[in-house]
Amino acid sequence: MAEFWTSTLWPLIIMVAQSLLVLVVLLIAIAYILLADRKIWAAVQIRRGPNVVGPFGLLQSFADLLKFVLKEPVVPSSSNKGVFLLAPLVSCVLALAAWAVIPMDLGWVISDINVGVLYIFAISSLSVYGIIMAGWSSNSKYPFLSALRAAAQMVSYEVSIGFVIITVLLCVGSLNLTAIVAAQDSKWGILGWYWIPLFPMFVIFYVSALAETNRPPFDLVEAESELVAGFMTEYGSTPYLLFMLGEYVAIVTMCALATILFLGGWLSPIPFAPFTWVPGIIWFAIKVMFMFFLIAMAKAIVPRYRYDQLMRLGWKVFLPLSLAYVIIVAAVLQFGGLAPK
Amino acid sequence: MILPALFFYLFASICVASAVMVIASRNPVHSVLFLILAFVNASGLFVLMGAEFLAMLLIVVYVGAVAVLFLFVIMMLDVDFTQLREGFIQYLPFGLVIGAIFLAELLLVAGGWVMNPNVTKSITAAIPTNVSNTEALGLVLYTKYIHYFQLAGMVLLVAMIGAIVLTLRHKVKVRRQDINVQNARNPELAMEVRKVATGQGLQDADAGSWVK
Repeated sequence: MAEFWTSTLWPLIIMVAQSLLVLVVLLIAIAYILLADRKIWAAVQIRRGPNVVGPFGLLQSFADLLKFVLKEPVVPSSSNKGVFLLAPLVSCVLALAAWAVIPMDLGWVISDINVGVLYIFAISSLSVYGIIMAGWSSNSKYPFLSALRAAAQMVSYEVSIGFVIITVLLCVGSLNLTAIVAAQDSKWGILGWYWIPLFPMFVIFYVSALAETNRPPFDLVEAESELVAGFMTEYGSTPYLLFMLGEYVAIVTMCALATILFLGGWLSPIPFAPFTWVPGIIWFAIKVMFMFFLIAMAKAIVPRYRYDQLMRLGWKVFLPLSLAYVIIVAAVLQFGGLAPK
Repeated sequence: MILPALFFYLFASICVASAVMVIASRNPVHSVLFLILAFVNASGLFVLMGAEFLAMLLIVVYVGAVAVLFLFVIMMLDVDFTQLREGFIQYLPFGLVIGAIFLAELLLVAGGWVMNPNVTKSITAAIPTNVSNTEALGLVLYTKYIHYFQLAGMVLLVAMIGAIVLTLRHKVKVRRQDINVQNARNPELAMEVRKVATGQGLQDADAGSWVK
């Protein structure tokens, strides 16, 4: 019995506790990131944004949560009920599942698997199912059109994200996220991170992340002037909340991935004493917030793309560009003698 | 030891159950969704076997791309379920024959293992201990099997070009957009500001030059 305790039960308890800790911290962070999104949007348009609930509107997200949860979920009578209720769960759970492998500091990761990048890539490619299932099961025109758009859009931009990841992997020589951050650790600090040598890829990743998470200017999936609210048209209360939550968690996941791939994860930007004393998690959080700020600004500034232009950008601009960069990076690494051992 | 076994039975039972539901469910979209569930659980089994790279590829390629397009097509088809049911008896013999062949093959393989345990050892190469999964695959895929790899790539390329050639139609009446032409337009090229005399409006005689 004692052996069973130490070999099976205790690691299981630790794993569950770690997952819960990450989940709770992440969800509270999401509440404030959502608020920050609205505040930034408001500031760009010279409005105040949410400022009524709590000081400076700090409790707005929690008020929204209560409002969503306390309302009655309405299931359309002609919908496919099982799939209809499964869809928001799928999109929310998949978005949260990606955080199992994201290292927030050296060793601060639930599961340090060898194929970490590939895992996140796989999970984010699954997230399209939440939208397709919602669109189909609603049995309504607008959600269905939106689901078709979503499927095409997300599959298209996954291709260029894949190539961006490959260039980073070529430089690192490992698919492990901790190893990717460790490979960027040099005496140059911020200048040694991959965002400088791979800058075009960083830009492509940023734009593709916007498209992959259906953020403006690529939010054609829920373009309100054409599709009401897209795949979420028939949803209300808690299922709708789950969709929103999944969407924002996916956005923060993309920010975290960009941080790890290009901005040196938990590393300090200035590699000497007072700055290296700051815990890595702080640097990580600052970088993630910086990435989110960029994404929030894109929402506030850029007008929505047209669908054919979106497809053109994905297939005719980003795909050849990223493919060419993969070849260039591989050639430079191989013939420049820089290839990782 | 207990935990992996527990997860094995979890993944395996869900995988088999969802595979059964693929053929048993009445709605084709449900079938595809169960197929996706089966894929995901199969990749879980791959992870348990230590083939994590294959597991992730299974999800990225089959679930993330192939099954999406599959679902895409099935969702848009207007399938008449009653008509589908009608042909069931007619195709039953073929299904039974194929099922019997599969069963016989599986029994043959399982029987081989039971008779001679060395068979399993001979088909699995020794797993390298000090390199990761991905590296081990890369070491043989791009050296020993490079010709097969390139051949597979060529087959896929031909298939892709073939699909494009078969479906590409240049209709004459469709007005195509050239983004470069659109971007090259500027106010001087696209519009003209005119002084219009009060109470007269533009004259029909000018109509030719209104639209550029």
